[in-house]
Amino acid sequence: MKFIRQFLIIILISFAGELLHAILPLPVPASIYGLLILLAGLQTKVIPLKAVDEAGGFLIEIMPMLFIPAGVGLMVSWGDLKPVLVPIIVTIVVTTVLVMGVSGRTAQFVLKKEEKKDE
Amino acid sequence: MSNMLHGSTFFCMAISLFGYEAGIFLRKKFKIGIFNPLLVSIIFVIIVLKVTGIDYDTYDKGANVLSYLLTPSTVCLAIPLYQQMNLLKKNLKAIIAGITTGVFASLAGVWVFSMLFHLKKQFYVTLLPKSITTAIGMGISEELGGIVTITVAAIVITGIIGNMFAEGICKLCKIEHPIAKGLAIGTASHAMGTAKAMEIGEIEGAMSSLSIAVAGLMTVVGASIFYHLY
Repeated sequence: MKFIRQFLIIILISFAGELLHAILPLPVPASIYGLLILLAGLQTKVIPLKAVDEAGGFLIEIMPMLFIPAGVGLMVSWGDLKPVLVPIIVTIVVTTVLVMGVSGRTAQFVLKKEEKKDE
Repeated sequence: MSNMLHGSTFFCMAISLFGYEAGIFLRKKFKIGIFNPLLVSIIFVIIVLKVTGIDYDTYDKGANVLSYLLTPSTVCLAIPLYQQMNLLKKNLKAIIAGITTGVFASLAGVWVFSMLFHLKKQFYVTLLPKSITTAIGMGISEELGGIVTITVAAIVITGIIGNMFAEGICKLCKIEHPIAKGLAIGTASHAMGTAKAMEIGEIEGAMSSLSIAVAGLMTVVGASIFYHLY
């Protein structure tokens, strides 16, 4: 029973996200509207954590699995991908290292500055 | 036999889950990032479909329950975000600075490389959301007219790189602070990197999963700006 109600709340929020996606002319996916609605609900205690945590925990746990069909879709788009495979791989590898370096160094710089201020 | 498989309601779901389980088993056994359960199951399913001659549409009919749950599952990312609100508030400046520069580096990096390689705009927008979580990345790619399946592939490859090399990259860049490490890993390589961050430490893991949601949201805005630059 508990699971059904939790799932209902999550599905209702997803539906509200869909509605906003349909109404607002922004390039924001329905899932993000839903995420923001749930976060606002939890923050304001309108939705207690207990009302969603178990079903929510389950959905987060299985999340990586939910991308299987999208990934298998590669067999359909392989023809489009093949001619640009090398540039795409190079872009992915270099930018991943770049992002990690830039983001980590910046955060570390700010953290050390803040820590010095506290001393 | 083949006809029976083509008409089966559960075959496609079964091979998807089996492939995933096999991936979990392989990763436990060999402890190498390349045995990512998602990657293993995608490759396994494609091989099975090729061998049995089942086409993608038939497969999708059987397995699209999985895609269906994607939106509710992404909505639930609000839960860990809510739970880490205190850690977030305490280190707000560093978090905002780290994730913002990371998201910008990602978008700008894709922009520069797409120009270098003279990629078509469709591929450029396909790659823009490559560092963020698949659910949001797919949404952005779809909104901007990218090729969603390639976006997913790019995201998965990014995640595998993060998962395999996060520690090495952090060492190389002299990123030592646990909070900075977590932010870097989550911003660059979403959930798959976060799995590694969780192994490194609790703070690293918490910061990394926080970065997934924040970087995802920032990229929604950033990608639609970068869309107009190409």
